[in-house]
Amino acid sequence: MDPMEEIKQMFFVECEELLEALQDGLEQLLEDPTEAETVATIFRAVHSMKGGAGAFGLEDLVGFAHNFETVLDALRSNRLEPTDEVLTELQRSADILNDLVYACKDGTDFDQSRSDAQIVKLQALLANEGPAEASADEPAPVAEPAEVEEAGEGSSFTNYLVKFKPHSGLYERGSDPALLIRDLCELAVEGQPADIECDISAIPEIEDIDPGQSFLSWEIRIKSEATEAGLAEVFEFVEGDCDLVISAANVLAEPETAETEAELEVDVPAPKPQAQADSTPAQVSDAPADAPTALADPEKPASATPAPAAAKKPAPKTEKAREPAKGGGNATVRVDLDRVDRLINLVGELVINQAMLSQSVVESGLANSTSIAVGLEEFKHLTREVQESVLAIRAQPVKSLFQRMSRIVREAADATGKKVNIVSDGEMTEVDKTVIERLADPLTHMIRNAVDHGLESPEKRTAAGKDEVGTVSLIAEHRSGRVLIEVSDDGAGINRERVFQIAVDKGLISPDAQLSNSEIDNLLFLPGFSTAEKVSDLSGRGVGMDVVKRSIASLGGRINISSNPGKGTIFSISLPLTLAILDGMIVSVGSETVVVPLSAILEMLKPEEAQIHPLGSGESVLQVRGEFVPTIDVAYQLGFGPKLENYNDRVILLIETSDGGQRALVVDSIQDQRQVVIKGLEENYGEVSGIAAATILGDGRIALILDPDAIVNDAQGGGPTHNSSFALAG
Amino acid sequence: MSDQEQEFDVSQSREIVTFRLSEQDFCIDIMNIREIRGWTQPTPLPHSPHYVRGLINLRGAVLPIMDLAERLGLPAREATARDVIIVAMVESQLIGLVVDGVSDILTVSQNDIQPTPTMGAESSQGYVEGIMSIDDRMIRILDLARIFPKALGEAA
Amino acid sequence: MSLNILAVDDSKTMRDLLHAALAPQGFDVSLAEDGVHGLETLKEMTPPDVIITDINMPKLDGFGFIEGVREQQNYRGTPILVLTTESAPELKMRARDAGATGWIVKPFDKDKLIAAIRRVAN
Repeated sequence: MDPMEEIKQMFFVECEELLEALQDGLEQLLEDPTEAETVATIFRAVHSMKGGAGAFGLEDLVGFAHNFETVLDALRSNRLEPTDEVLTELQRSADILNDLVYACKDGTDFDQSRSDAQIVKLQALLANEGPAEASADEPAPVAEPAEVEEAGEGSSFTNYLVKFKPHSGLYERGSDPALLIRDLCELAVEGQPADIECDISAIPEIEDIDPGQSFLSWEIRIKSEATEAGLAEVFEFVEGDCDLVISAANVLAEPETAETEAELEVDVPAPKPQAQADSTPAQVSDAPADAPTALADPEKPASATPAPAAAKKPAPKTEKAREPAKGGGNATVRVDLDRVDRLINLVGELVINQAMLSQSVVESGLANSTSIAVGLEEFKHLTREVQESVLAIRAQPVKSLFQRMSRIVREAADATGKKVNIVSDGEMTEVDKTVIERLADPLTHMIRNAVDHGLESPEKRTAAGKDEVGTVSLIAEHRSGRVLIEVSDDGAGINRERVFQIAVDKGLISPDAQLSNSEIDNLLFLPGFSTAEKVSDLSGRGVGMDVVKRSIASLGGRINISSNPGKGTIFSISLPLTLAILDGMIVSVGSETVVVPLSAILEMLKPEEAQIHPLGSGESVLQVRGEFVPTIDVAYQLGFGPKLENYNDRVILLIETSDGGQRALVVDSIQDQRQVVIKGLEENYGEVSGIAAATILGDGRIALILDPDAIVNDAQGGGPTHNSSFALAG
Repeated sequence: MSDQEQEFDVSQSREIVTFRLSEQDFCIDIMNIREIRGWTQPTPLPHSPHYVRGLINLRGAVLPIMDLAERLGLPAREATARDVIIVAMVESQLIGLVVDGVSDILTVSQNDIQPTPTMGAESSQGYVEGIMSIDDRMIRILDLARIFPKALGEAA
Repeated sequence: MSLNILAVDDSKTMRDLLHAALAPQGFDVSLAEDGVHGLETLKEMTPPDVIITDINMPKLDGFGFIEGVREQQNYRGTPILVLTTESAPELKMRARDAGATGWIVKPFDKDKLIAAIRRVAN
């Protein structure tokens, strides 16, 4: 990759971190708007993005960041009060900056009118605060090259007299007159070196020398194509630290004369125009005559400073400054995600290999006490540990996701005219990166729903005796090896009568259905259910809660709803920590071995004959604790065997489906319960109905991982027919 | 047909892997082939087209195995231990093709390849990219991308 | 001629860019992420011929860093260039008061950066 392109990509990675820091800072600012360090952090974040964006010519980003930064600067220097209005605009600006960064990163179009409108608002904030601050600091291009070209075209030379007298401050700031004079001399017309004279007359007697003082001055005669400003440029850094007079020499001598003069003087100064005018006063006083010529040791630029040996101050206390760094030193390494995934895949291989090895040892009939078996057991533990450590690399705090959701809440609140406060907890809870990424869509939908449908209007809330500002909460926590995410609102709760009625109207349930409260709540997840009477712009995007449920299920997760009338609604999502491995029940189905995700299994049982009741043509139900649960013959369903006559000696896995119902999966026998490495089918094949993925067993063979919900759907709807031949294209 | 006297143009040459199915000779461009391996019993895949034999483990990757003869509508064949699996890259998907055994690897000139003659029936032209004659045998060059379009599974 | 350069900037992008601009010139570039880290790095490295520093940095900003450098006897004369997007005069003045030798306006142009370094260092 082009190195600049590589740095650019790294810049976008850095931007993600900066945007997160910005968001953190803004949230802290809400709590304490006067905290100077927070403002400084926010400022730096925006400032760094602007700086990097400038380097890559991302003009839109620079422009917006610049205006943003200007307001932050005003805030930082207390020229602007952190009012609610200001904080709101800062938050909106952060949102836009976020979008701009991603637009630049992905090369997508950005609606310029959005950022322009926000720039106007930002500038308006500063309107009271002194004129034209906003545009003062566009990096001004240095005019030097243009001028040189101009002069070069006409080949017109000017003779200049430059008088240069450094002040002591020039040395204190680390400038070196020799270098400045050298730079100046490089502007001389070729073949006509400048004439440099050092004036040492100001040097006092040696006993009167103050080593901190500057005594030397120079007069340089130079013939140059550059303009006066061009010459002055050389002294840009020492402006104010020297007396500098540049004048076009009065004696506008004939070119010839000037040349002869120059030639005559060539022998006098150093052969190169690089006159090493070392300015250490002590040295100069030792050998004043040599001053204009090359006497400085080029290896020691530091010797040009005044006051060399006079150690006036004790060693500075940088120790004090170092201390905070030790505590804050949280060393991290950036690693390409592909490398991590490769490692995870390899560890997956290792786990499979270890299982295969164990199996062969068992098959070889070695006793458990042999050193091989013991070593193998050790190896198994190590493998498991390596696997856990590697998977932890992919884990990320849900913080970035929660920050995005805060933004969704703000946008939804703006769009609906509701007042909403977002509260989040457990932001540092870590989940697999892919899980986080794939949670964004369902969570966005749920958050929009919470604001749009969950919360009441401010008027209704006031009327109900509630705070007019509604609250949406996002909570994440680890619970027994899984991650729990809760989205809740303090709105009106689910209107069960209405939900029931809608379900009846849409033909989803029969009017005389007897449903518990929880069952009614779960109707929201049925495909085609939408409670909004009019399709609102916000959540009515053709996506229902059924899609949310499916997305969560595709992550190996489950979602539950609970609602309290007048108090609010809580959605709880339970997710696996990683997508790479799965706790599975290994079962035999016909002649094959398949894996059923443990998370779907409620219980396992060996049915008594009396528990199975035929129902309709060839169907049957399992009676368990007074309930009748439809059975599914998995082998038949997957095409692995003929339909079973009876379920004698079979095993039933009682599973919960995504609509809250139960099914009894009939399998031949249980082999084992263990973690398996998930291998996707999509890469080389495609989706297969009823199958979530595959894994590799200890014997090296592939086993399919069931998708229980899909199996149930297939069984109910007749499922996808077994694909038959299709005509060849062409 | 091939001009033996003609200077062999390396840039115009292709390497092909030839094999037989139901008494017919076929070949695949070697650029599409990743490896050739012995027969492994695959795990059957539900709801799959009839020519999909199932899945095998290819060093940790899940490799779908296709019965090429069945896919081409050739007479059904008996699986034998001599069967081999040609692992081929088709449209960025890795698939395994069961064939009776590989006959040869040949370097041929592009000039030797003739377009498929137009036949009355539609079947042949769809999957044969061209034909050539080598030692009196007619070899059909398979166009795998047309035979196995991307995203099988449910989309197929 | 090879110069030892210490570049201090809290932005990784900027550090990468500085390194990408300077290393091919044969300069030996040491990088630090903030003022505190800069002072630490200074102790550990071959004494730099030029120091380049950003102003807005956490822990210790550019002004504090420059003062910290100038306080040390060995580095009183070491040229320090300030990296700034703010060409505002008061910032330059503050940097100079702290002891900066010159400045480079971000986004910097590679040639100008090198010219500025050549102007202050041998």
